[in-house]
Amino acid sequence: MAYSEQVLDHYENPRNVGKMDEADAHVGTGMVGAPACGDVMRLQIKVNDEGVIEDAKFKTYGCGSAIASSSLVTEWMKGMTLDQAGEIRNSNISEELALPPVKIHCSVLAEDAIKAAIHNYKSKQ
Amino acid sequence: MKLPIFLDYSATTPVDPRVAKLMCDCLTQEGNFGNPASRSHVYGWQAEEAVENARRQVADLINADPREIVWTSGATESDNLAIKGVAHFYHKKGKHIITSKIEHKAVLDTCRQLEREGFEVTYLDPTSEGLISAEQVAEALREDTILVSLMHVNNEIGVITDITAIGEVTRANKVLFHVDAAQSTGKIAIDLAVSKVDLMSFCAHKTYGPKGIGALYVSRKPRVRLEAQIHGGGHERGMRSGTLATHQIVGMGAAFAIAQEEMVADNARIKRLGQRLWDGVKDMEEVYMNGHATQRVAGNANISFNYVEGESLLMSLRELAVSSGSACTSASLEPSYVLRALGMNDELAHSSIRFSIGRFTTEADIDQAIELSLNAVTKLRSLSPLWDMYKDGIDLDSVQWAAH
Repeated sequence: MAYSEQVLDHYENPRNVGKMDEADAHVGTGMVGAPACGDVMRLQIKVNDEGVIEDAKFKTYGCGSAIASSSLVTEWMKGMTLDQAGEIRNSNISEELALPPVKIHCSVLAEDAIKAAIHNYKSKQ
Repeated sequence: MKLPIFLDYSATTPVDPRVAKLMCDCLTQEGNFGNPASRSHVYGWQAEEAVENARRQVADLINADPREIVWTSGATESDNLAIKGVAHFYHKKGKHIITSKIEHKAVLDTCRQLEREGFEVTYLDPTSEGLISAEQVAEALREDTILVSLMHVNNEIGVITDITAIGEVTRANKVLFHVDAAQSTGKIAIDLAVSKVDLMSFCAHKTYGPKGIGALYVSRKPRVRLEAQIHGGGHERGMRSGTLATHQIVGMGAAFAIAQEEMVADNARIKRLGQRLWDGVKDMEEVYMNGHATQRVAGNANISFNYVEGESLLMSLRELAVSSGSACTSASLEPSYVLRALGMNDELAHSSIRFSIGRFTTEADIDQAIELSLNAVTKLRSLSPLWDMYKDGIDLDSVQWAAH
């Protein structure tokens, strides 16, 4: 399968790879997917007292499109408020990365990861 | 563009230049272009001679009689002809067929079709090492069993089935035994005077011959009957009609003759290269060779790099032409049914790469494959949350995953 330049770029140079302390009250962690399906994403956000996402990190087990989707959203989320981040849709991701139809589920998973991370953060407050 | 290093010899092989030369001689006006079925002139006679010579070359590789070889378009057609041909001819004797869960789709889908026609099929479970035993076959036999169909060498994991032992069971029980040998010619010795096989499928393109040509061995003693699946001019003693493709057949014959001649030396070299590849990657943590450690062909290395997903690994290995053990590139996201049948968990099945080594592979190719693999796995593990969890001592099976 041919990958888009955007996917290749994120795959070759993934942004914001890493792990933050899950126990930190400022950190929200979203882990979505399942090994059985070949995709697991862990997305973490660090939110300041103004409700702005200061930092975002990810690690992803999955295909190149899944890695690129999660890398892309960490870039987008930094500097966003929680409400803004919550409005990111999978269609925004798949459009930006020019994902083919069989890879749309990767962008859906990234959207789910954002929601899960926000939910986790809010549940700690 | 620099082409990737070809390490996918289990998918297909390039035609040996010696074979290609002989094939080209059967195409043009100056060459041996006649219709082998033409009885009234020398063009036909020469073509027929070339076809019969090739038939003998194929028969020689497996120690059979040339009259037991039927030309087909490839192993898929041979499998269809063998299984459907037997089922349709012997259905009054019984409607039960035995095969295994790790067969090629050419066998599995043919069996599925027969199930739709009212046949019953038993799919044997392999061991975790990919073996099907003669005892298992014996236990699965029923009064109404007419056919057992098993592959000689598995295309994904390279494991060898003991067809000699199984042939003893089937022959003693008067059940026909079909073997798909697409992956074994030129890799292991086949002696059909010893192994009691009734039908055997072959193709040329996995053994340095051309695509589009194959053969089915149909035993004469004991005599096996088949109902033809393709009707026409009654070629191949009525079992497979259609004008014989002289150039393809000559190519298959020549390729099998070379295989017979060079098999021992070729395989010794390929085995060394396979060992070099495994030695180069095996010291990484959580790396596994799939399939039985010794009962396997030399050129196949199906390796799982745990906690790394196969498709992303393939993407990192773009300089290598290898295949993923998992069929993730399709929309299905299903890991390989062969690896799943071995009882392998999903992560590991998703993490598999099949390297297959052949006649034209060099030591430098292997060294590059090792280096690229080590780098790719290290990089992808640094991105993998599963690797983190493994390192933190978390049992992944204890995690409640949200399947999607």
